[in-house]
Amino acid sequence: MIYIAILTVAMLVAGLAAYFFRDLIAAVVACAAVSLIASVLFYLLHAPDVAMAEAAIGAGLTTAIFVIAIRKTGRYEK
Amino acid sequence: MRAFVSFSVLALIVVGLALSLSHIPFGTDRMQVGNYYLDHGVADTGASNIVTAVVLNYRALDTLGEVTVLFIASLGLGVFLSWPKKKEGTQEEGKRELPEASLIVRRGSQFLFPLIILFGGYIFLHGHLTPGGGFQGGSVIASAFLLMFLGNNAYRLRHTPLTVTESLAGITFVVVGLIGLGVGGYFLNNFLPKGNMFSLFSAGVIPILYSAIGLKVGAELSGIVANMFESRSER
Repeated sequence: MIYIAILTVAMLVAGLAAYFFRDLIAAVVACAAVSLIASVLFYLLHAPDVAMAEAAIGAGLTTAIFVIAIRKTGRYEK
Repeated sequence: MRAFVSFSVLALIVVGLALSLSHIPFGTDRMQVGNYYLDHGVADTGASNIVTAVVLNYRALDTLGEVTVLFIASLGLGVFLSWPKKKEGTQEEGKRELPEASLIVRRGSQFLFPLIILFGGYIFLHGHLTPGGGFQGGSVIASAFLLMFLGNNAYRLRHTPLTVTESLAGITFVVVGLIGLGVGGYFLNNFLPKGNMFSLFSAGVIPILYSAIGLKVGAELSGIVANMFESRSER
């Protein structure tokens, strides 16, 4: 139970960091952290199917696609 | 005046919601269907993973819609990324070729690639027995292709096999559903024998459908990754 609380707070912090970062690569990494913690939370809450999907798609593929898109455009938010 | 109208509309919505929610008793189950799935799902479908039983037996038509949504997203991305190629493909000739990755990264990615593909195939083939399924296995397969793209600069993916795989998998899903319609009277009927619980060839058509979904999702997501990488290198 205490793990779930700690992870939820960490997820909120990572989400806020994703909002406040001006460096988009850092924001994307923060988003990936949100997905990773969400995946661990899904696992702790006995939803392993969703946890696998979240880890593979949310933390893996989406991050890569965002990083490629940022490389093609601009790195810093104006 | 406008602020007053919007506030009164908002207040009306809030009061209506509160009134209607106050009629719902708090803390009791409003949906009995979930309990039905938990009690009868394994006996009905033969799949020991209840999530798979719901996704591919009770709600298989929704899964077909979900796969279609992913297909349309992949199609849209492909169209969008290939659109300005003819107009501005040559003028922005940035000479920033990435440096080649180190030998360890290259060989490591090439060594891990078949293992990750195998793991993805394992996940979607055992979707009716263990957690996971077509979507999870397909995204694991796509992450193997992503690793190859990241580790090897010269890596290119041929799009024709991807398209053929994806189309065949989609056709398989619909054809299995239509056979169920012909045999049992409704679309995506589980017409094959259930088999022994916990064995690989059990749960009727569910392994076939999940393999089709796994291949289709893997091909689509790999196609998305390949499109993104190739559009970068052409700029």
